[in-house]
Amino acid sequence: MATVADLRYGQKGIIKDFTEHILPIKLLELGCLPGNSVELLQIAPLNDPIYINLSGSHLAIRRSLAELIELEIIEETQAK
Amino acid sequence: MSKNINVALIGNPNTGKTSVFNQLTGLKQKVGNYPGITVEKKEGVCKLPRGVKAHILDLPGTYSLNTTSLDESLVVELLLNKNDKDYPDVAVVISDVENLKRNLLLFTQIKDLKIPTILVVNMADRMDRKGISLDVEAMEKKFDTKIALVSTRKNTGIERIKELIADYKSISSRPILDPTRISPEYFDRLKKTFPQEDLYKLWLVITQDVNFMPIEKKRIQDATDFSTKSKDDLKKLQHKETVLRYQLINNILKETYKVDFMAAKGLRASLDKILTHKIFGYLIFFAILLLIFQAIFDWSGYPMDFIDEQFAMAAEWIKNTLPPGVFTDLLAEGIIAGIGGIVIFIPQIAFLFLFISLLEESGYMSRVVFLMDRLMRPFGLSGKSVVPLISGNACAIPAIMATRTIENWKERLITILVTPFTTCSARLPVYLILIALVIPEGTVLGLSYQALTLMLLYLIGFGMALLSAMVLNKILKIKSRSIFMVEMPTYRLPLLKNVVYTVIEKTKSFVLGAGKIILAISIVLWFLGSNGYSEDFQDADRIVTERIENEGLSIYSKNYIQNNVASYRESVEAEGMSPSALQDSIQVLTTELSERAVAQEIASYKLKHSYIGQAGKAFEPIVKPLGYDWKIGIAVLTSFAAREVFVGTLATIYSVGSDEEETIKNRMAAELDDSGKPLFNLASGISLMLFYAFAMQCMSTLAIVKRETNSWKWPMIQLGFMSVFAYIIALIAYQILI
Ligand SMILES: Nc1nc2c(ncn2[C@@H]2O[C@H](COP(=O)(O)OP(=O)(O)OP(=O)(O)O)[C@@H](O)[C@H]2O)c(=O)[nH]1
Ligand SMILES: [Mg+2]
Repeated sequence: MATVADLRYGQKGIIKDFTEHILPIKLLELGCLPGNSVELLQIAPLNDPIYINLSGSHLAIRRSLAELIELEIIEETQAK
Repeated sequence: MSKNINVALIGNPNTGKTSVFNQLTGLKQKVGNYPGITVEKKEGVCKLPRGVKAHILDLPGTYSLNTTSLDESLVVELLLNKNDKDYPDVAVVISDVENLKRNLLLFTQIKDLKIPTILVVNMADRMDRKGISLDVEAMEKKFDTKIALVSTRKNTGIERIKELIADYKSISSRPILDPTRISPEYFDRLKKTFPQEDLYKLWLVITQDVNFMPIEKKRIQDATDFSTKSKDDLKKLQHKETVLRYQLINNILKETYKVDFMAAKGLRASLDKILTHKIFGYLIFFAILLLIFQAIFDWSGYPMDFIDEQFAMAAEWIKNTLPPGVFTDLLAEGIIAGIGGIVIFIPQIAFLFLFISLLEESGYMSRVVFLMDRLMRPFGLSGKSVVPLISGNACAIPAIMATRTIENWKERLITILVTPFTTCSARLPVYLILIALVIPEGTVLGLSYQALTLMLLYLIGFGMALLSAMVLNKILKIKSRSIFMVEMPTYRLPLLKNVVYTVIEKTKSFVLGAGKIILAISIVLWFLGSNGYSEDFQDADRIVTERIENEGLSIYSKNYIQNNVASYRESVEAEGMSPSALQDSIQVLTTELSERAVAQEIASYKLKHSYIGQAGKAFEPIVKPLGYDWKIGIAVLTSFAAREVFVGTLATIYSVGSDEEETIKNRMAAELDDSGKPLFNLASGISLMLFYAFAMQCMSTLAIVKRETNSWKWPMIQLGFMSVFAYIIALIAYQILI
């Protein structure tokens, strides 16, 4: 199963429906809800943390947290 | 008729709450483009239309009423406690037009507490750039509220906020989401158990994180034993609530909020590519730090020299104008010198605050957090610890306050404990004067030894902070789960007004705070220095005169006469005076100087046997191994109130013991030890600097640590450990170098 931690530079994904309620509530409040998109913007030196655009919220989160967010990777389209 | 209305400004972090607060109240609280600038409640008063007065409360930002960190929990505590004297009659939710959806989540929660709630959509000036359009009227209807479209930058919409607040009675306090939708079965039972209580409020109390609201939570559990749900189940329901709220918001925004992505332009993406780049990111950060150093230690030299001269002139002027006497001496030599010792650092402190404020206002600080997080983790710190560690270079007090945004208690505690090692601006006066005295002037690779020493002292402070963090990380057994998350705000051109205010306010409070302590200490020291009870003190005149008759003048006095004569000779020789006239005038000068030297020896003998002298002598054995005499010992001791009094204390002590008008630095350079060598030499100078680098000499910091950790344990450990450590290091340094 792909997670946010698997995204490559500039790649996007759509958050999957999650049944397990392991995600911190704060993430949900910032827009981490099923169906919303996540885009990876930057990876910090030493590979951690990562900088994402979570349906409009620009956030840095640690990899350990990113691994909890399951998603479906969509290849980014050219039109932007 | 006038009535006071309680107004609370609430909103997500970094949406401009404090900016609105400042506009409403005319106050100048700190504003910055970093989530978590405000970490405390701040109050102000605002005059409204029709003679109404409002009592406005600025609060820390929070993403929702489900709190996870200390600054956020302030908001919830206020809203859940109807008896709080600040409990709002009306809540003003400040939102950022670019993140409206997320901001509205909090809005709906507050509205559900049945508080009349006004929605402020701030940063309206950015709508064009971002291609955003809003149907305000439709939104007002759907959200059942009144909306003010505001830009604090362009100063629009503020009057509308005032109007709405004054008219708060007409604002709806109907809830927007029926809480039973979260879980019909659960809320049904809640209702049965607590028929009196408001359901949503009850729900919030139950779900508050245990760490933050122990009292409230206990009350309810004890009363009823309402433990029908496990923590996991509650969390599941919280998730459900969030999803429901977002559904509601999305449905409304779909019709009222439009973003034209084609019109949107942003610097963020391209700037972030460089500023958070794996290699360039670090290089740029490092270059910025170097620039700050350069400014503080090089550019500020010019204004500092200027200030130094002004103070020397002021002291001179007072001596010449006021009638000679005890009071004049105290004023000119103790107080003016002491205050001058602080004022001279205004340029450096202002530069420091200027840079920190620019980093925060531009939005760069969050990028630093992002870059540094991984590097800080082995030390038990988080990327967010970097902000306190950087601003600790200005002052540990705001730095320790800034740790409130760190969610993880262990990381936060470690940050609090190690921050006082960073080189705060109060250490600068001590370092700079000592460096000027004991470090030679040459250069290596284009860098002066003196600048390098200072740089090294900063690195030592920072290194020590990291090292002790690592140790603490090993020995502290605290389990706390952490979710590290930091928002990256859009870059903003720093608002000159905000930056200037911050710099002025911070500098002012530094000078005034230090000024007060120095004034008090100078007066006390001066009194203790010019009075004594022993026979030695009373009979000083006779004793010293007799000694000089028998043994001649001291080495110090001989040097003093020789130097003066030499420089006199040089100056007149240039004028071409005849040898015999020269001989005569030197004769006259020497007699004059000897008289003065005798007077000075009497004065310093008196000082030695005054109250302060005797106290110092008693203390001397402790500091002797570090290479200090009793005067330095007293200065070190008084520095435990605040480091910056070091120079002032020495100024006062020296001035009591002499009647020469000299800069404090020259006075220190002239000081000799028992064997006739300069007292401030490389060994004792380095030992002193290291002592100041490590010792916990600041009462205000201890007080703030007590407040933030809620126990005396940690500040006492800090005081004990840091001071003993400082002593040992200073001892080793002196014994090696001597
Ligand atoms: N463009 C624009 N920027 C604004 C406006 N209002 C505030 N800002 C900027 O937004 C940033 C945050 O402002 P603050 O007033 O500190 O926000 P806050 O909500 O008090 O933030 P915290 O206390 O950290 O939660 C600052 O850089 C302000 O200069 C506005 O109307 N337009
Ligand atoms: Mg604020």
